[in-house]
Amino acid sequence: MDQYIDIKVRVWRQAGPKAQGHFETYELKHVFQGASFLEMIDILNEQLVAEHKDPVTYDHDCREGICGMCSMYVNGHPHGPDSAITTCQLHMRKFKDGETITVEPWRSRAFPVIKDLMVDRGAYDKIMQAGGFVSVNTGGVPDANAIPIPKPVADEAMDAASCIGCGACAAACKNGSAMLFVAAKVSQLALLPQGKIEAAARAKAMVAKMDELGFGNCTNTGACAAECPKSVSLANIARLNREFLCAKFQD
Amino acid sequence: MATKKEDIKEAAVKAAKKVAVKAAKAAVEAAEVVVEKAAKAMKEAATPVITPEMAKIPEGPLELKWTNYKNHQKLVNPANKRRLDVIVVGTGLAGASAAASLAEMGFNVLNFCIQDSPRRAHSIAAQGGINAAKNYQNDGDSVYRLYYDTIKGGDYRAREANVYRLAEVSNNIIDQCVAQGVPFAREYGGLLDNRSFGGAQVSRTFYAKGQTGQQLLLGAYSALSRQIGKGKVKMYTRYEMLDIVLIPDENGEKRARGIIARNLVTGRIERFFAHAVVVGSGGYGNTFFLSTNAMASNGSAAMQMYRHGALFANPCYAQIHPTCIPKHGDFQSKLTLMSESLRNDGRIWVPKKLEDAKRLQAGEIKGRDIPEEDRDYYLERRYPAFGNLVPRDVASRAAKERCDKGYGVNNTGLAVFLDFSEAIQRLGKDVVAQKYGNLFQMYEKIVDENPYENPMMIFPAIHYTMANFSDHGANRLGASALMQGLADGYFVLPYTIQNYLSDQIGVPRMSTDLPEFAEAEKAVQDKIDKLMAIQGKRSVDSIHKELGLIMWDFVGMGRTAEGLKEGIKKIDAIKKEFWTNVYIPGTADHLNNELEKALRLADFIEIGRLMAVDALHREESCGGHFREEYQTPEGEALRQDDKFSYVGCWKYMGEDQEPQLIKEPLDYEFTERKTRNYKS
Repeated sequence: MDQYIDIKVRVWRQAGPKAQGHFETYELKHVFQGASFLEMIDILNEQLVAEHKDPVTYDHDCREGICGMCSMYVNGHPHGPDSAITTCQLHMRKFKDGETITVEPWRSRAFPVIKDLMVDRGAYDKIMQAGGFVSVNTGGVPDANAIPIPKPVADEAMDAASCIGCGACAAACKNGSAMLFVAAKVSQLALLPQGKIEAAARAKAMVAKMDELGFGNCTNTGACAAECPKSVSLANIARLNREFLCAKFQD
Repeated sequence: MATKKEDIKEAAVKAAKKVAVKAAKAAVEAAEVVVEKAAKAMKEAATPVITPEMAKIPEGPLELKWTNYKNHQKLVNPANKRRLDVIVVGTGLAGASAAASLAEMGFNVLNFCIQDSPRRAHSIAAQGGINAAKNYQNDGDSVYRLYYDTIKGGDYRAREANVYRLAEVSNNIIDQCVAQGVPFAREYGGLLDNRSFGGAQVSRTFYAKGQTGQQLLLGAYSALSRQIGKGKVKMYTRYEMLDIVLIPDENGEKRARGIIARNLVTGRIERFFAHAVVVGSGGYGNTFFLSTNAMASNGSAAMQMYRHGALFANPCYAQIHPTCIPKHGDFQSKLTLMSESLRNDGRIWVPKKLEDAKRLQAGEIKGRDIPEEDRDYYLERRYPAFGNLVPRDVASRAAKERCDKGYGVNNTGLAVFLDFSEAIQRLGKDVVAQKYGNLFQMYEKIVDENPYENPMMIFPAIHYTMANFSDHGANRLGASALMQGLADGYFVLPYTIQNYLSDQIGVPRMSTDLPEFAEAEKAVQDKIDKLMAIQGKRSVDSIHKELGLIMWDFVGMGRTAEGLKEGIKKIDAIKKEFWTNVYIPGTADHLNNELEKALRLADFIEIGRLMAVDALHREESCGGHFREEYQTPEGEALRQDDKFSYVGCWKYMGEDQEPQLIKEPLDYEFTERKTRNYKS
């Protein structure tokens, strides 16, 4: 049964991109364990506002685990100490009475801090703009059933497509690599006949953009897949490497 | 911005024709900043009524109206498109698909969103699916049948021509999405799979796991990303529109020529020009504080247009979704929706005996402890033909009715059971897990209870606001929101905007130093300064929660004249409290979430009032609007077709002035109106 707990929250505070950051510890009393982690931050912020202090800035939106907006490092894990969830799906029942909880922004060179826990993930959009699409215009496309796709292939593409672009993979990676993110999109589109035509060019363009934006290299440690809220598989990285190598050989 | 009263009036009449307030599902077509010629007719009209010509409904038989429009509309040639700029506000299904399509056609697009990326709009949260009239399942579906179901589902409060067009283009959407690489579910033969969805007797819903909205938006986002990469779309993330800028053309008619937006990171207020402004900004369900909407979803863009003369149509139609996870505490920030597809196999019930309900509420027993003969499957009992699959409004009211009578099953008494034990027996746990596993997992994470062993608890929550010239009428059917967002963005706006811009090809880009821009910016700045200066005692959220409770109690699922009048008084009091006692920390020239929330709340208060005013005037029950005075002896909605078969459009008459009602009659030429009957 959910209880009420008293906790301490140790939060990374940073006034702006260039400001020196530091940890600040706040006490919160009587927090219901049925509350989500973000609701706990809301309670903290109401408390700070009541004290005329600056509330903690953080990204959040849908609060149902799908928009990919929330981005907190909780007790050393992206999205906190539970598997296959986003921070908004983390509940206070995962924490004990008297516990000190450490909250940090995504830690990655390619995601600079904007303020407190809010980071700039524009690099992921830029990678997508480099090639994360099928080049079709609106209209003039064939009937949706014109090209049958084997169910296992469609299902595999769907699993790869389930990436929500939250950035946990790059944040979790000791190299700050965005390989899982890139691999998920390259895989999804390479698996489907609609995306296969541009598969080689896409893999090259997205990898080049990833390198250019300051993401690290992949050394297959697998932290990305372990921390991914949507359980995107490491197998996608193998597929990306295959697509990328094939493209290079074609050059 | 107009300063004199006459100017405001005139601007109102004209802009009303130009900008149809599109709040609910952000359908872009209404933001058709379109339509000027009809404004003249409107000026001459003595009674405030919108005629089909003014509404620009094309001539001809129903199935040829859209075709006729396309065949005879004006076009803009490719060289001229390059000279025209279009602002698109919003990056949901409607905004993203519109921005991408317009850029592909050659227009220069400026696209704005409040999130950090155009991939995050709340369209992503739709789980269930998207409808189309493909008839791939050979179960008798057709464009007409999708049209008819939508009109009927909307309780005959939508335009026939609009709904037919929606059904007509639905098939194009599926083709388009598949071509983009959207991984729809497939059958073993490799063809697309369909399922049936709330309120439909055919299987016409396409889906992608429990992530249909996410996958469709990623499709639109990928098309948009391609155009951003090509430089045809300039993307502004973390920007919030704070006003629309109207400038008179050479005929003296005011046209939307830009927006004032706040950079949410720097706090800087900026001006943007375009030849046309398209708004696809989402719904305003968060007026209720607790809703299934995302935290940032708001109605401010709609209110900005309303204040400049766009008519706010049918604000009272608000859809309540029956399958949400019940509220569990005062700290709660939002309500989580679970896909309505659960109702395909789950059975909804409450105890037959009040004493069992009391023991459930006290936590002494659990749902599984109550024997079969003591369970009241009230939807199956009341609606034998549709059972647990009745439309959302019917299912929601039935749940409220049982809870009001004391049969609620959780500690607050505000929940009913959704039980899969019969489905698990019939299909096996594995099959149930395959179909609904992700939803069961989500439920367990939130509630900390295993739905395979004990029935789920659900309760209705505010979900979707149909207001505007939406094609959903008074009520939206499941899997139709995704359809409309993409229909308008991909296949309607790209046509209608050409018609609107065809006589604008000679208009040069305008300077944002024009007085209209300066005045609009100043008004925005003044409003912000006023808010920051209050320095009261209440946080934004505390006032918003109070508004939400008033909305739920007085403007919620069961409305009465008396309650609505009371609600309006209470909303007026909240407005006063907000403008005298809100406290916003920090400064306006930096990132300031509390200021953002305060600006949105200021508009939610106005929207809440407008919803109540509309609900009070509409003396009938239909779809997402239920007046307790107007129900059948069995408690079903009782429409008053002779009096209220019209779109209730509200015209802004000034701060703290009562809005004026303008009617657009809904003459059903092609469809016979019937009472919705889900019993037999």
